[in-house]
Amino acid sequence: MNAHVANGDIAERTRAIVGALRSLEGPLLPILHEVQDEFGYVPHEALPVIASELNLSRAEVHGVMTFYHDYRDHPAGRHVLKLCRAEACQSMGGDAVADRMKTLLGVDFHQTALDGSVTLEPVYCLGLCACAPAAMLDGELYGRIDDQTIADLVAEVRR
Amino acid sequence: MSVTIYVPRDAAALALGAEKVAEAVTQEIAARGIDAKIMRNGSRGMFWLEPLVEVEVSGKRIGYGPVKVKDVAALFDAGLESGGDHALCLGEVEGLPFLKEQTRLTFARCGVVDPLSLKDYEAHGGLAGLRRAADMAPADVVKEVTESGLRGRGGAGFPTGIKWKTVLDAVGERKYIVCNADEGDSGTFADRMIMEGDPFVLIEGMAIAGLATGATKGFIYIRSEYPHAIATMTEAVEIAGGAGILGASVLSSGRAFDIEVRTGAGAYVCGEETSLLNSLEGKRGVVRAKPPLPAHQGLFACPTVINNVISLASVPVILEKGAVFYRDFGMGRSRGTIPLQIAGNVKHGGLYETAFGLSLGDIVERIGGGTATGRPVKAVQVGGPLGAYFPRTLFDTPFDYEAFAAKDGLIGHAGIVIFDDTVDMLKQARFAMEFCAVESCGKCTPCRIGSTRGVETADKIAQGIEPEKNRALLADLCNTMKFGSLCALGGFTPYPVTSAMTHFPDDFAPTPLIEAAE
Ligand SMILES: Cc1cc2nc3c(=O)[nH]c(=O)nc-3n(C[C@H](O)[C@H](O)[C@H](O)COP(=O)(O)O)c2cc1C
Ligand code: SF4
Ligand code: FES
Repeated sequence: MNAHVANGDIAERTRAIVGALRSLEGPLLPILHEVQDEFGYVPHEALPVIASELNLSRAEVHGVMTFYHDYRDHPAGRHVLKLCRAEACQSMGGDAVADRMKTLLGVDFHQTALDGSVTLEPVYCLGLCACAPAAMLDGELYGRIDDQTIADLVAEVRR
Repeated sequence: MSVTIYVPRDAAALALGAEKVAEAVTQEIAARGIDAKIMRNGSRGMFWLEPLVEVEVSGKRIGYGPVKVKDVAALFDAGLESGGDHALCLGEVEGLPFLKEQTRLTFARCGVVDPLSLKDYEAHGGLAGLRRAADMAPADVVKEVTESGLRGRGGAGFPTGIKWKTVLDAVGERKYIVCNADEGDSGTFADRMIMEGDPFVLIEGMAIAGLATGATKGFIYIRSEYPHAIATMTEAVEIAGGAGILGASVLSSGRAFDIEVRTGAGAYVCGEETSLLNSLEGKRGVVRAKPPLPAHQGLFACPTVINNVISLASVPVILEKGAVFYRDFGMGRSRGTIPLQIAGNVKHGGLYETAFGLSLGDIVERIGGGTATGRPVKAVQVGGPLGAYFPRTLFDTPFDYEAFAAKDGLIGHAGIVIFDDTVDMLKQARFAMEFCAVESCGKCTPCRIGSTRGVETADKIAQGIEPEKNRALLADLCNTMKFGSLCALGGFTPYPVTSAMTHFPDDFAPTPLIEAAE
């Protein structure tokens, strides 16, 4: 992930991604996923390139990109911590876990810590509802979160 | 002879430390020079026992669980590789009541086999259904599925055979099978488990659907919150292609069928079938008005079968054992088995596949063992965020589509979330509205605006502001959303809200504190 990518570079790398995926049926979501993988977010400058390569309007591509919760328009922190906020996790004290995590990390949901260490995001179910409350840190899963897990997660993102 | 030790790689097992346990087991095997190999299976679905380590001893699988890394050395000291005794030893896994009393048709192999071994899959009955379907006329395959009584497990409960028949009869340049693996409901994980634990059964089910309807291409749309399922499914599709199960000639039948795995982008509404189709096409996931039905004009305007993971994964056993075999399980118009997903504040949470008809109380108290916190059960939400909250007084309701509907509830994808007596039902009602507001596709006003108004109104009730008037307003909003929404997101959000108000009125009473302060 690189927050300071030159515009020309973004255009070029985006064009390569579109080139590789354009033959798919309905390629826009796979392309946006790939662009986000490449840059860590979907840079503003990538949208007109995707639009012109796929022969779509810019508004259309912008509309799709902003509809989905997964795509971000600026870089995330070095770590992304997703806390499940859905009912099964609520029933096992998920709200308290969220409050504690927000306090310890000094961020609210959808925010990145000032030192760039972590972005906190809500997620509605990770399919771990029988071992709630649950979280995902950079793709790693944690179930039955207790005070120890919270401490471990905080230590992990601060490392 | 080499011993096989099983350590699950199901996402929930991983969330409970299975990866580190597997590493520790590997180390012990090497350090002790034991002739053993590790197999990473799916989960048996008993999550209070995960990570559940199993060892095969003279044809029987002996289990140990829940195993922590620090237990591993002691387990080997006790002779784990030969099924030795230890405090964590559970005896023969298949003999545990939770597993023994189930009827596992769809989940028969989940947790048992190596998910990515076709050899294992076939040795446990895999591909028998597809082989049979390949020898049958498409209409006969459809007939078999219709007669089995299988209804869509994704929520709406629509008869699968009838949907397939519509697509078989539809004319189109090409046809598609779309598997809805967006499983967004809280309390549900059956789709995830089958994709991680027995991916070939879904592939087989989709291939049968393709042969039955003349569709040549399938898509599996998996939510991005399930990276492990995406990885396993992608690998399984490749393996199936290499083995001729998918491709230009499915099992040498001369008929083509291929599958592509796609990743969602974090929108709950994309589980709604028409919104999912828009998403696959690369559009905003807004809901389409019906008609036209997807069966007539679905993906890229072609005739499309769109089915839930479990619906499709239930088809191979129907083709293998016949419609009558499957139909003989269940009650009323709810035929076959249903994978109950028991979750939330529960002692024995997990996946329990059984014929329709058990009572809700039986599921919660006997099978689930009551709450994890040991406190009394107060409410049970069945069917995800759009499902009703049931009080204990409705515990005699049998698990059946019609019986739940008769009590103003739904079984949805069969997720069962248990709450103890500390739950505040006004807060849960507020959450239902908030969730709807966050996830609304925005197409219709009752859902888009009504849900936000619902949150505000719930807040006013909580603050004791004109409680009676605001309770009436909340009920009215629910009514408007129920009848004025295009799809079930706005249309069913009233279920959790209204059920909370009806069954738990005390939680909606004004707080005496604020009244006293006025
Ligand atoms: C808001 C909303 C979300 C839904 N989410 C899912 C889902 O995650 N998985 C699913 O299979 N069906 C979901 N459905 C139901 C689908 O629209 C559709 O009924 C189902 O995929 C049809 O397949 P089936 O007949 O095999 O159940 C959802 C419906 C709505 C209204
Ligand atoms: S009810 Fe909500 S989610 Fe469904 S179509 Fe209307 S706005 Fe979209
Ligand atoms: S509700 Fe939190 S993981 Fe499902």
